[in-house]
Amino acid sequence: MLIQKEKIWSILKEIPDPEIPVISIVDLGIARDVRIEGEKVIVDITPTYSGCPAMNTIEKDIIEKIKETGIERVEINTVFSPVWTTDWLNDEAKEKLREYGIAPPDGKSTDKSLLTGKPKIINCPRCGSKKTVLVSQFGSTACKALYKCESCLEPFDYFKCH
Amino acid sequence: MTDKISKALFEYCLRLGDSPLILGQRLGEWCGHGPILEEDIALTNIALDLIGQSRAFLTYAGEIEAKGRTEDDLAFLRNEREFRNLLLTEQPNGDFAQTMLRQLFVSAFQYYFYSALKLSKDKTLSALAEKSLKEVSYHLRHSAQWVIRLGDGTSESKARLENALDELWKYTGDLFDMDDTDTILIKEGIVPDLNLLREDWLDKISETFGLASISIPENVFMMSGSRKGKHTEHLGHMLSEMQYLQRAFPGATW
Repeated sequence: MLIQKEKIWSILKEIPDPEIPVISIVDLGIARDVRIEGEKVIVDITPTYSGCPAMNTIEKDIIEKIKETGIERVEINTVFSPVWTTDWLNDEAKEKLREYGIAPPDGKSTDKSLLTGKPKIINCPRCGSKKTVLVSQFGSTACKALYKCESCLEPFDYFKCH
Repeated sequence: MTDKISKALFEYCLRLGDSPLILGQRLGEWCGHGPILEEDIALTNIALDLIGQSRAFLTYAGEIEAKGRTEDDLAFLRNEREFRNLLLTEQPNGDFAQTMLRQLFVSAFQYYFYSALKLSKDKTLSALAEKSLKEVSYHLRHSAQWVIRLGDGTSESKARLENALDELWKYTGDLFDMDDTDTILIKEGIVPDLNLLREDWLDKISETFGLASISIPENVFMMSGSRKGKHTEHLGHMLSEMQYLQRAFPGATW
């Protein structure tokens, strides 16, 4: 059987992130590369954060979905370079996050104000208000911070610019 | 890579992996005990980042050693004297002030250290440093803000922070200790000279202490020993808990 790269990519595009099921592991930039070596498929993945507990599930999902198509040999290779960044999320993925109730990353990861600057003003993903406050840099998953909207009073997750 | 260099690199990777492992384990003890829900989540988030960093460094250590040891073998099947974590990381959590001050000291060190390690000629270390740096930036910001708030807060919070400082300052010298392993790897451009990071670290601590209205202690005898595996009494107790399952049921899996 001749395995086509495009086919593998189209499978990967259908695999949702386990924590944020509205976007795929390709949207998120977790799936980095696909290589075909004869009968074997190798998929490079990179963790969002070093300790992301979803990585094992993602590996299993990839292997399972590819094997469902009749391919028997699938290998997952974890890479750390180039280092994962939210800059890889495209506008469409950001919009999906917003609709899901997660404020998408604002700005570029090269912004060095993280250490010294004040927390950014993040628009509430529900009502759009700018009157929001940072509750904690650390939210429900490693990649998110917790905010509260002072207009609609809803708490919400912000996907940290990283 | 010569034998001498690969031996030194293995030793160094243990240092890189053990410190986040032990500090991550310590922070995990806060799970369910944080003073407020957000802080419980923050402490365990930081722990998670650290354990993740540790896994990558220990995996690399195993590859360099080339004796088939995995990250798990190195984490769960080594004895106390074989651990190379910084003395600070094994110190007990104490109260919240002690946990946050310990975090500030370690995170500030990691911040400058990873910034320098990013330039390593070793591609794996350089990539892992770049990744870790992003994460410790959050830890540094978080712990510095708490230290300022506690020092500049009530008489109670200030007293607790000062007690923590008495307890922990003596372990900060250990952050910058170097030996032959460092000398070999610095010469190869693989790791940074820690002497060059000391000033940046001290500036960051001084700046934070200034805002927290506390002072750096003077004339304190500095403890050392982590590079040689000489630890304080706390590590052995910690490992007996952390390693219990793999010691009692070797090879047990989920």
